[in-house]
Amino acid sequence: MAQGLVNVLKKIILLREISSLIMLLVVVLVFFAISPLFLSQENVAIILEIIPELGIVALGVTMLMISGEFDLSVGSVFAFCPIMMTMFVTWGFPPLLSVIIALLMTMLLGALNGFITLTFGIPSFITTLGAMLIWRGAVLLITGGWPPPFPAEMSTGILVGRLGILRASIFWYGAITVLLWFVLERTDFGNWIFATGGNQPSARAMGIDTHRVKFTNFMLCSLLAGFAGLIQSFRLATTLPSMGTGLEMDAIAATVIGGTALSGGVGTVIGTVIGAFLIRVIDNGLVIIRAPSYWFRVFIGIAIILAVILNSFVRERAKKLRC
Amino acid sequence: MGEDRYLVEMKNIHKWFSGVCALRGVDFAVGYGEIVGLVGDNGAGKSTLIKILSGFYPPDEGKIFFEGKEKHFSSPREVRKLGIETIYQEAAMVPKMSIMRNIFMGRELTRLKVGSVGYLDVPRMEEESMKALEGVDLRLRSPHALVDELSGGQRQGVAIARAMYFKSKLVILDEPTNNLSVKESQKVLEFIQELKKQGISSIFISHNLYHVYPVADRIVVLSHGEKIGDFRKEETSIEEITKLMVLP
Repeated sequence: MAQGLVNVLKKIILLREISSLIMLLVVVLVFFAISPLFLSQENVAIILEIIPELGIVALGVTMLMISGEFDLSVGSVFAFCPIMMTMFVTWGFPPLLSVIIALLMTMLLGALNGFITLTFGIPSFITTLGAMLIWRGAVLLITGGWPPPFPAEMSTGILVGRLGILRASIFWYGAITVLLWFVLERTDFGNWIFATGGNQPSARAMGIDTHRVKFTNFMLCSLLAGFAGLIQSFRLATTLPSMGTGLEMDAIAATVIGGTALSGGVGTVIGTVIGAFLIRVIDNGLVIIRAPSYWFRVFIGIAIILAVILNSFVRERAKKLRC
Repeated sequence: MGEDRYLVEMKNIHKWFSGVCALRGVDFAVGYGEIVGLVGDNGAGKSTLIKILSGFYPPDEGKIFFEGKEKHFSSPREVRKLGIETIYQEAAMVPKMSIMRNIFMGRELTRLKVGSVGYLDVPRMEEESMKALEGVDLRLRSPHALVDELSGGQRQGVAIARAMYFKSKLVILDEPTNNLSVKESQKVLEFIQELKKQGISSIFISHNLYHVYPVADRIVVLSHGEKIGDFRKEETSIEEITKLMVLP
């Protein structure tokens, strides 16, 4: 009886998402205790409105990180996609076609990251650091630093239309989460992703095309960043050349807080969702309790370090529990 | 044409790496159901020969015959399709993945395919991986345990079970007893004999002659990229081979 309880406990502790989940619950409770407004319907709706933008970017970063690579250029691609969409509309393309071309272009940027990293065998940290500067620069050059007018004829309902207190974007986020969870946990391609990030020589020896796996994830990561950028520009009905600045750091933070290993081979989609929520909840909660917003970075920093320590420490301890 | 009595035959293999000669004219063959010990000091060319045989890179000169037909080994994937499975000391497994996911890595059982992505048949993979482990008499509590939690000997066992399960014809073991305790090494030697019982050929690479000698049918000695000895076990002794290996 007691044995069974220990086993259940051990299983729970060994869940990769557990430390981030506990932190999220603690943070929510603390904010709620300070200000009950935090869990009011209006405020929950606000959090659910802004979460998909970071959340979707972080999902792409997670998939890529599990396969053993980085993408620092997601913040720039986040701006690149809506800017290109706007430009195409300005040049007379139909709105829907402009969206499709812009998304295809962001996929191409991911393919370029993958191609350069894999062909020349250089760290993706370097490739995408370069790409981050290049595409941010490109966006500024294209727009001359001024926000181009958001196309009035663009119908934004499909991405950000209101359904009660919710926006459509949260459903997109949910659908993408379920889809990626399924791919990662329940398909052979998911197994190749884990194998590629976990031990590339071994995956290669077992006949997995590790380059193709990484290449696909580079494209996916970029595509999701561009898509999230569209959501934000649709929500605000503007396209700022500066949007998404620093987003890569928040996305990596959400991923790492959620239990994904920086070195690859380990990670979960659900963990990253919790990580993204934690970041946005801290962001929003500080406003609600009227703390100076400068605290935001401090808390995210603490959360990252704490999550990783909890992850490795708790797991080591749990392994030693006899069962 | 190669000779029919060999499963695989490599003839006059040469390999250079940026001007340095790693192999010079090596002939190497493995018969059906035979255990061949491949020994030699570090840098003798053992791993180069094996990497060529497992498709990692092509020879600069020389021919390879498999089941009597000449083959060009262009990628590890293709070589594995022929039924040659290589088990590298460290690289055979992904530690952070479960036993089941490791056994089926790259050859997952799927139910439904959409494009090139397949839906995993988890219940069947669970069942089959337990069966595969029983084949080498390895009793592990769950197919979902991480390989990380297994001992070195158990890992070799899982790798060998995997090779058996997928009906390999030739299993190449690269230093399988390295860093293992005496008892665990013994267990690995038993796994290798189990392969022979099932008619599977194997190449056992090691610099520990005392592990190779008891199980091998034939022993091949490499030194400085050349083959300097090829004996049936009955025709030789540990002392004789040791003398050969330490020759300058």
